[in-house]
Amino acid sequence: MEIGPYLMLASLEGAVTAAVLALTAVGLSLVFGVMRVVNVAHGEFFMLGAVLAWWITSLIGGHPALGFAVALLVVPVLVGLLAAAADMTVLKRVAYDPERTIVATIGILYILQQVTLMTYGADARPVEPPFNTRLALPWVEFVGGKLQLYWPWGLSTTSYKLAVIGAAAGVLLGVWWGMTRTKVGLLMRATQMDRDMALAFGIPVERVYALVFGLGAGLAAMAAVLIVPIQQAHYLMGGDPLLLSFIVVIIGGLGSLPGTVVAAILIGLSDGIISVFFSPTLAKILATLLVALVLVFRPQGLFGVRRA
Amino acid sequence: MSDRAKTVLLHGGLLALLFALQFMLPAYHHGNLARVMVLASYAIGFNVLFGYTGLLSLGHAMFFAAGMYGMGLAVQVFDAAPALALVAGAGAGLVVSGVVGMLALRTAGVAFMIVTLMFAQAGYLTILYFGSYTRGDEGFVIQQAQRILWGIDLSDPTNRYFAAFALFASCLLITLWLVRAPFGKVLIAIRENEERAMMLGYDVFAHKLAAVIVSGTIAAMAGAVYGLLFGYVGASFASVQYSIFPLLWVLLGGAGTILGPFIGTLFMFYLIDLSSGITTAYMLVAGVALVALTLFAPQGLAGAVRKRIWRGLP
Repeated sequence: MEIGPYLMLASLEGAVTAAVLALTAVGLSLVFGVMRVVNVAHGEFFMLGAVLAWWITSLIGGHPALGFAVALLVVPVLVGLLAAAADMTVLKRVAYDPERTIVATIGILYILQQVTLMTYGADARPVEPPFNTRLALPWVEFVGGKLQLYWPWGLSTTSYKLAVIGAAAGVLLGVWWGMTRTKVGLLMRATQMDRDMALAFGIPVERVYALVFGLGAGLAAMAAVLIVPIQQAHYLMGGDPLLLSFIVVIIGGLGSLPGTVVAAILIGLSDGIISVFFSPTLAKILATLLVALVLVFRPQGLFGVRRA
Repeated sequence: MSDRAKTVLLHGGLLALLFALQFMLPAYHHGNLARVMVLASYAIGFNVLFGYTGLLSLGHAMFFAAGMYGMGLAVQVFDAAPALALVAGAGAGLVVSGVVGMLALRTAGVAFMIVTLMFAQAGYLTILYFGSYTRGDEGFVIQQAQRILWGIDLSDPTNRYFAAFALFASCLLITLWLVRAPFGKVLIAIRENEERAMMLGYDVFAHKLAAVIVSGTIAAMAGAVYGLLFGYVGASFASVQYSIFPLLWVLLGGAGTILGPFIGTLFMFYLIDLSSGITTAYMLVAGVALVALTLFAPQGLAGAVRKRIWRGLP
């Protein structure tokens, strides 16, 4: 293949990564923004989403689309409820102290991961996509001074991958609408701006916290359900999404949702394109160093504005 | 009894007990205790920063691994003698902790935790990236012939126990002296109230940097000795898990106490050892312990002793 179609393929793969990453990272960013705590167990909620999706689809059987649709609806709610329960039993009791919360969520990370290992096992298991038509993609070339389309061999995507991008965009729009246009979103933003003042105005801050924590985990679980027909469900799959979400949230500016989405698209796309040309390990080293240095020298994020 | 006499009796008693146990323990526990003492030295290093200075690093595996690989690569690539290799390991820890400290200390609180985590992750990936030297995940073995320090064969269990004991005793005594010296008092002042320490005229940044370097170098020394005594150097020692372990040990034993790291390491080592006999999901124990400790006993075992029995416990 020439370089052009090759780049297009890489950016399509990158767009799928970016879509899933945006969902996961927005979940993490929401929790950080509203609650001012870092949820280290975020990747495990992602993993749980994938594993539960496998469980539900294999339980229901029949046409793959049926099981998948049920999983897409049920799994985020289940994971969200679990996270809300963790919030109320653990995080509430350490009074959302930032450092103790990190230690506690590290504990939750190991509990979720190891319980999955004990019940689900160490195997990676696939989930069948609900639909999966191969779509060949055209590319342009000059023939005799005129532009003309042709179909290079190997340049293709699947209908499912495009659907993932669409679904992620839809959910993100939904989150944006919910945050800016609904009463619940208003309560969340009020809590984010000033916890004590919100409390004084009678906002049930603790319930808002549980909701936000559940919502963040639910978004990660939904991202995992979407990606699991492309990847496979495995009990250690939470590590990479956690690291990438950290990178995205920090580069996008801690707690800023638009910044997070922009950074997710940037990182997702460049991850796809960079790993075509460089070794993925080197790409990860550079990304983690970049994040550390951004935190050291520009704590408001690359796109953020320094607050007074 | 004066505080000083009690301190000498307590810590001297522990060291005497560990020395005597060498002659009594069955082979299996004998080997385990040697391991525990080296890992406890790692925890002691971590405790200088976390327990006494109040800085929680989530990337201490990078210092442990710097020591281990500094030693291991000196032996493997440059064919250095063990004594020189240990110096190389400690030196690697000194340099890495100095550089990381200079950068990471520009941040505070949660950002400090994330920055150290990210640096450690970058370090872990770097070890994997240079797999042709480090042999990546697989690691490499240090041959018995390369483990003879001043004519003492460190692969022999008795010698190994004494080497581990020597490391542990020196780390314990150095930190005991350190936290009772004016330098340690300033670290505790920074932990309790950074603004006030600054207002009293102490150079807070310099003290914190020194704490990171002392902590990182002790961790690196433990890593170097671990590699030399047990003859294996591998990337898993640089992974996140090995950054979480010292936190777990110190929290369990009691942060900001001299004996805490050893108590925590001993308990956790045997807890994980027992549970790994039952299930492969032995890290579940670590997870439950972390959550339970943050919820119910943030001061740990030795911390409880300090609270209830003897307020002067160093």
